[in-house]
Amino acid sequence: MTQLVDTRTPDPKKFIKGATGDWEMVLGLEVHAQVTSESKLFSGSSTEFGQPPNNNVSFVDAAMPGMLPVINEECVRQAVRTGLGLKAQINKRSLFDRKNYFYPDLPQGYQISQFKDPIVGEGKIYLDMGEDGEVEIGVERLHLEQDAGKSIHDQHPNMSFVDLNRSGVALMEIVSKPDLRSADEAKAYINKLRTILRYLGTCDGNMEQGSMRADINVSVRRPGGEFGTRCEIKNVNSVRFAGQAIEYEARRQIDILEDGGTIDQQTRLFDPKLGETRSMRSKEEAHDYRYFPDPDLLPLEFDDAFIEALAKDLPELPDEKRARFITEFGLSSYDASVLVADRESSAYYEAVADGRDGKLAANWVINELFGRLNKEGLNVTDSPISAEQLGGIVELISKGDISGKIAKDVFEIVWTEGGIPAEIVESRGMKQVTDTGAIEKVVDEIIAANPDQVEKAKQNPKLMGWFVGQVMKASQGKANPQAVNEILKAKLGL
Amino acid sequence: MTTDLTRLSLADTAKGLKAKDFTSKEVTASYLLAIEKAEALNAFVAVTADQALDMAAQSDVKLQKGEGGALEGVPLGIKDLFATKGVHTQAASHILDGFKPEYESTVTQNLWDDGAVMLGKLNMDEFAMGSSNETSYYGPVINPWRAEGSNADLVPGGSSGGSAAAVAGWLCAGATATDTGGSIRQPAAFTGTVGIKPTYGRASRWGTVAFASSLDQAGPIARTVEDAAIMTTSICGFDPKDSTSVDMAVPDFAAAVERGVKGLTIGVPKEYSMDGMPAEIEKLWQQGLAWLKAEGAIIKDISLPHTKYALPAYYIVAPAEASSNLARFDGVKYGLRVPGKDITDMYELTRAEGFGDEVQRRVMIGTYVLSAGYYDAYYVQAQKVRTLIKRDFENVFSDGVDAILTPATPSAAFGVADQEMKSDPIKMYLNDIFTVTVNMAGLPGIAVPAGKDGQGLPLGLQLIGKPFDEETLFAAARVIEKSHGLDFTPTKWW
Repeated sequence: MTQLVDTRTPDPKKFIKGATGDWEMVLGLEVHAQVTSESKLFSGSSTEFGQPPNNNVSFVDAAMPGMLPVINEECVRQAVRTGLGLKAQINKRSLFDRKNYFYPDLPQGYQISQFKDPIVGEGKIYLDMGEDGEVEIGVERLHLEQDAGKSIHDQHPNMSFVDLNRSGVALMEIVSKPDLRSADEAKAYINKLRTILRYLGTCDGNMEQGSMRADINVSVRRPGGEFGTRCEIKNVNSVRFAGQAIEYEARRQIDILEDGGTIDQQTRLFDPKLGETRSMRSKEEAHDYRYFPDPDLLPLEFDDAFIEALAKDLPELPDEKRARFITEFGLSSYDASVLVADRESSAYYEAVADGRDGKLAANWVINELFGRLNKEGLNVTDSPISAEQLGGIVELISKGDISGKIAKDVFEIVWTEGGIPAEIVESRGMKQVTDTGAIEKVVDEIIAANPDQVEKAKQNPKLMGWFVGQVMKASQGKANPQAVNEILKAKLGL
Repeated sequence: MTTDLTRLSLADTAKGLKAKDFTSKEVTASYLLAIEKAEALNAFVAVTADQALDMAAQSDVKLQKGEGGALEGVPLGIKDLFATKGVHTQAASHILDGFKPEYESTVTQNLWDDGAVMLGKLNMDEFAMGSSNETSYYGPVINPWRAEGSNADLVPGGSSGGSAAAVAGWLCAGATATDTGGSIRQPAAFTGTVGIKPTYGRASRWGTVAFASSLDQAGPIARTVEDAAIMTTSICGFDPKDSTSVDMAVPDFAAAVERGVKGLTIGVPKEYSMDGMPAEIEKLWQQGLAWLKAEGAIIKDISLPHTKYALPAYYIVAPAEASSNLARFDGVKYGLRVPGKDITDMYELTRAEGFGDEVQRRVMIGTYVLSAGYYDAYYVQAQKVRTLIKRDFENVFSDGVDAILTPATPSAAFGVADQEMKSDPIKMYLNDIFTVTVNMAGLPGIAVPAGKDGQGLPLGLQLIGKPFDEETLFAAARVIEKSHGLDFTPTKWW
């Protein structure tokens, strides 16, 4: 087994207070990501989700006698793409092994996996931890393996049913190094990994459908000390639960250690209803999987050209895109991170920003559009306002045709009624008045009608705001605020 | 009918059918009658008379029109290890009770595509584990041969004992068989028939119940070298459904049969001269060399230094793979299920009742050698031995050896329920001493009748060839067949 190496400097902000002093948690994740592919890893059956039970089952998936696995090359390509996306070492020769254990939803009596020689070796994932800056998390390996079927226990009082639709579906198990030091980092890691997989199109990342699940290794130690004994929390299927499970488990371990106890190496399950983890099996009860190379399969081998062809067609990944957004559009690091969080959002943003003011476009996409979409529970792909329409609004603001305030009205109209922003502004007379003559006329009228206020304003220049308000009101908000300010200043002699 | 059609060779049967000397229906009916009368041999576990006559009728239509494949209308027996659609396929095991697959193995499909007719399924050692055909759930197969002046039942060898007995006893024109450690060659030698294990990867394993995937290979047992060559041509071929199948053209092996051995170098490995080897085996071996020399072959002493490690290594690799391959027989999906109080209990009861002693022994050995802490000492070590054995052969072949001649078995057929063999499984395992090296190295090997022991029982010689050079084996075996001048026809007693 690989030697565990501590790559992090203890950070007091992440320490957990205990009765006897500070503690630090050490986390490592094994994420199982379902490979996006038409058919299963070793059979031609469909991988389509939501089919009736046992609809997607071939003789191979049901482990009929004499059936043999044949590797699905697309799954291999997907694993290599993912490896490239994780800046990882791609192993041109890897082996499939059998992991032997008995369970009714494992028809072969073994899972075909990769044990000693995985298809992808060491890589890294960068997390943007806000004010803590960027954190590099090591990836130990990625390997391909078969998913098991599903046991259904609630259909009969004393019998269980088995659905083999998932049996043999390709999974990538992505194993991190023990580099994570807080629940927030673990959550950020899962989110970032999901973002990368979605950009690559190698996993849809739908945790609620089981396309991504995490096994979380948790241990605690005195800050910077020796690694402690770990417990593994199995099959966590949401980012929120991951956070809860880690917090609970770290506290549980600290309590035991502070009471003078020791941690038993265990496999544990998180119960989201009770918000706690509980023991599934101890180290002594752990299976002996009797791994050995699967004699039905040849070593998986490919050449550099195979890797290069995949590398050439790799999409721009979130880290690169984020860096480009910062330099190309002058965005803040935060805004850039928000926009690259998923491929659809970044594509939408780029369409809005294309040939326009990138910063202004980012403000509108993040604050107005995402805010509204969130409120309505919609995805960016379901947005009633197209990137072209929102771009039109941004353009009108940039040109000074409408103020930010009017723009919000235009946004509302486009959201509910649709239409081309420039035409809406034109036909509804929403265009900003920049004609200084017209503004001067209004200013003159208001000054003439309010001599008292004029006197007061001369004493207290802050009162100019009142005049601005009056002018805007009189112009129904269409007067260019900058022009109004300048004219008022001159007329009031401020 | 004046001639007994069952006494014809497969080649003559095919010729006679093409010449319309008789019909497939006639030949098939003759064989079905012979099978009916040969219950004492217990060679068949299922006779598919209706299906056989239907297939024969279809062949006759083609033959009448002068059409049809190389085996058109020729009745064959099929080892119970091959999946035959809708027909008894149980690997002669209780655990597959009632199993009738919805698919046809590639090997049998190849035969049907060439026009062959299926008479039924042949008895065998359970899951092909055995050297005497006594481990079958359906009881032992009895060898058609008896020692001169004796009525004692003899074993036909194993695991393809049913195939060998049916061919020797004129119950089919030829039979399919499989060979993992000698299961084609040893029974062929015990019954005076010809059996060849082709190069690993020549014949598809798809649809053949797996014993030890890296060693299993299908082949024929037939009455003559030519018959074996005809069947081998039909059985072999690349199959994309088997990842270990080799994409190579299959020559017309029958065309190589009369090629002769002039100028060929035949190796004689000194390590096959075992201590305590019966003098008649030694004599037979020398006789074989003399025949080959007389036909122009050059005889060369060679060394295969790692031979003595082959049998122990085989009895680690084969059970290891078997323990995993047989995990799918768990009572959940098909075959026998013995209800239990929970799932583990059901597994245990089903497997305890469904598997015979020898299968259980090998599953346990295999599980043991793959266990944590023992894997490196046993399995890894055995794989290293395997590499060395392979290298031994590569060395002699690259030194100009074209084929190697050895005895096929250390003795002639022994008695049914032999107490010595029964009390000591290792004695039984020694039957494979000359044959396992071939499986470990993935080479082709043929057993051909060459002489008789003092009691008039058949003895065979084995020829081992270079990878994919079955043609040389057929040619050399044919020289022995032509030289011995003996009649390998058992005296009918059943």
